[in-house]
Amino acid sequence: MEPIRQFAGRIVALPINDIDTDQIIPARYLKVTDKAGLGAALFSDWRYSADGSAKPDFVLNQPEHQGASVLIGGHNFGCGSSREHAPWALIGGGFKAVISTYFADIFRSNSLKNGLLPIIVDEQTHQQLISMAQEDALTEVTIDLESQTVRLPDGRAVQFPIDGFSKHCLLNGVDQLGYLLSLDAETARYEASHAARVNTFA
Amino acid sequence: MKTMSGGKTLFEKVWNNHVVRQQADDLPAVLYIDLHLVHEVTSPQAFTELRQRGLKVRRPEQTLGTMDHSTPTTPRGLDGIIPVVDSQAAAQLDVMRKNCADFGIPLYDLGTRNQGIVHVIGPEQGLTQPGMTIVCGDSHTSTHGAFGALAFGIGTSEVAHVLASQTLLQYKPRTMAIRVDGHLREGVTAKDIILAIIAKIGVGGGTGYVLEYMGEAIRSLSMEGRMTICNMSIEGGARAGMIAPDDTTFDYIAGRPSAPKGEAWDRAAAEWRQLPSDTDAVFDAEVTLTAEELAPMITYGTNPGMGMAITSRVPDPDHLRDVSQKLALDKALRYMDLQPGQPLLGKKIDVVFVGSCTNSRISDLREAARFIEGRRVADGVRMMVVPGSQQVKRQAESEGLDRIFKEAGAEWREAGCSMCIAMNGDQLQPGQYAVSTSNRNFEGRQGKGGRTFLASPLTAVAAAVNGAVTDPRTMVNQRGRA
Repeated sequence: MEPIRQFAGRIVALPINDIDTDQIIPARYLKVTDKAGLGAALFSDWRYSADGSAKPDFVLNQPEHQGASVLIGGHNFGCGSSREHAPWALIGGGFKAVISTYFADIFRSNSLKNGLLPIIVDEQTHQQLISMAQEDALTEVTIDLESQTVRLPDGRAVQFPIDGFSKHCLLNGVDQLGYLLSLDAETARYEASHAARVNTFA
Repeated sequence: MKTMSGGKTLFEKVWNNHVVRQQADDLPAVLYIDLHLVHEVTSPQAFTELRQRGLKVRRPEQTLGTMDHSTPTTPRGLDGIIPVVDSQAAAQLDVMRKNCADFGIPLYDLGTRNQGIVHVIGPEQGLTQPGMTIVCGDSHTSTHGAFGALAFGIGTSEVAHVLASQTLLQYKPRTMAIRVDGHLREGVTAKDIILAIIAKIGVGGGTGYVLEYMGEAIRSLSMEGRMTICNMSIEGGARAGMIAPDDTTFDYIAGRPSAPKGEAWDRAAAEWRQLPSDTDAVFDAEVTLTAEELAPMITYGTNPGMGMAITSRVPDPDHLRDVSQKLALDKALRYMDLQPGQPLLGKKIDVVFVGSCTNSRISDLREAARFIEGRRVADGVRMMVVPGSQQVKRQAESEGLDRIFKEAGAEWREAGCSMCIAMNGDQLQPGQYAVSTSNRNFEGRQGKGGRTFLASPLTAVAAAVNGAVTDPRTMVNQRGRA
């Protein structure tokens, strides 16, 4: 994974509450066995008509919003299924961060493992970002992971929370599996003192 | 607030028993995973990760694969094989077979004796036991919490973590007690309890929490009913829901293929009896419902929190103060093509789906069969009954339930997730209305443009028979019984 430190990006607003992962990527696109190419299915049912044509009134189809890399979603973004295809599709669609007031737990965890930043801001900042994105498609924010801030066009820097471990992994471009594997001896000690509770071969 | 000296919750006891490394300031806890269930949709990329890094599966004997999501539920051919006509699904199933073979993981292949929905087969085999940690790349893994296990859905990266290390990085969640006092009235079931809970706390209300369901109404439920409740914890935003193990739990597990036997059973049962939350345990949040006040529930919107008593009217967005909620409800009603203030009773429906990891177990099918026996699916309505596993299917057939459904005009299918997730060709057509015993009414969940009313198996049967949303209580004391 590429290290993430700081990036600037244009924002686009999809201010709908409880956007579930079935909207982010409908289940019929999950019959794949790799991660690549899912960007084409991002928000597919909101984005395309039955005949496959792009719906002109859907915000991500509008020419002025092409190239946006920071999505402002409504409250409780990413609820529903555990499909990691949701962050894969968002990344495939060019997004580097999603901003909301809160995220569903599994989506948030999945995003952090793929370098898609789930950024939690207060309600007032959230509203402000939605308004700015809707008024001017060129609105850009700068996200700095080290200082955990989103810098708005007016210069205001808003702090966001992120757990220290995920931050460390993202800043250094290391994934979390390496850490778990490094604990092999501790895991073996646990296994030595706790008999396996089931045997799936039995 | 919690005190250091206070009693422990069920969740805390299970958590503490599985800590390989304690949570520290900047590090999540490392939790040991007792059982890892794997299915075809969320695992391929995890196996790819293992291959790329030259890793093995650490504990194949604590891992089990099944096929359920993209599998067809159409009848077997003359050769006894269930044909897979979707080439992309067929390829995904082949990858699953190869992955399980290459990494030495037991697999319940399509159509074999024990195959079925991942959250049906674990309990059915006796693999799901109190006090365990159980994960799967599937949000409805919360189902297994009905046994007093800590069970939750994980993403594919985490599937790779568990395959390779048998451990998982987790920050300790908060705890929420959900107490349901009293006794359910006739025609009101476990499904109605959980839909009422989600309507009360909202789809995000449980975010960051592990739920523990308790109270007389929960204790009175069968294991299947408890699984229905825990299954939908995620629809309230909680990764896990748990119910303390008791004699009902032990009776269900005893004698199953993977259940402990003899002395091992006695030791296990003694340990399990220590698991229930201590009387002085403190929860971070508490919610209370009264069973007598609950009616059969139905959803009217596009998330499971948009639910109401079946006799209620569709709420009016203009009555909501919060602008974002108003917009959400307005959007939902437009999708559902419903009007504010409209009753759902009498609303014509096209399809009835009885199945899914929420309501496809033998007791669900018995209940539905008893209610539909001697009645007929209304003209123009398609009713599908999809057993949760091959074992449930065999059991149902040995009891003649398949015949009852077929005589009533319903389709009796092979086991799988089917129209709950509509990946396998079992799906609604655009604009159709379904009453479904599944767990999600999201836009397009059961097929692009399809509209879902979530409800109990009884309410589903009532709708099938009348061709319209019907209160099952109004059908009590006719031939069937609610």
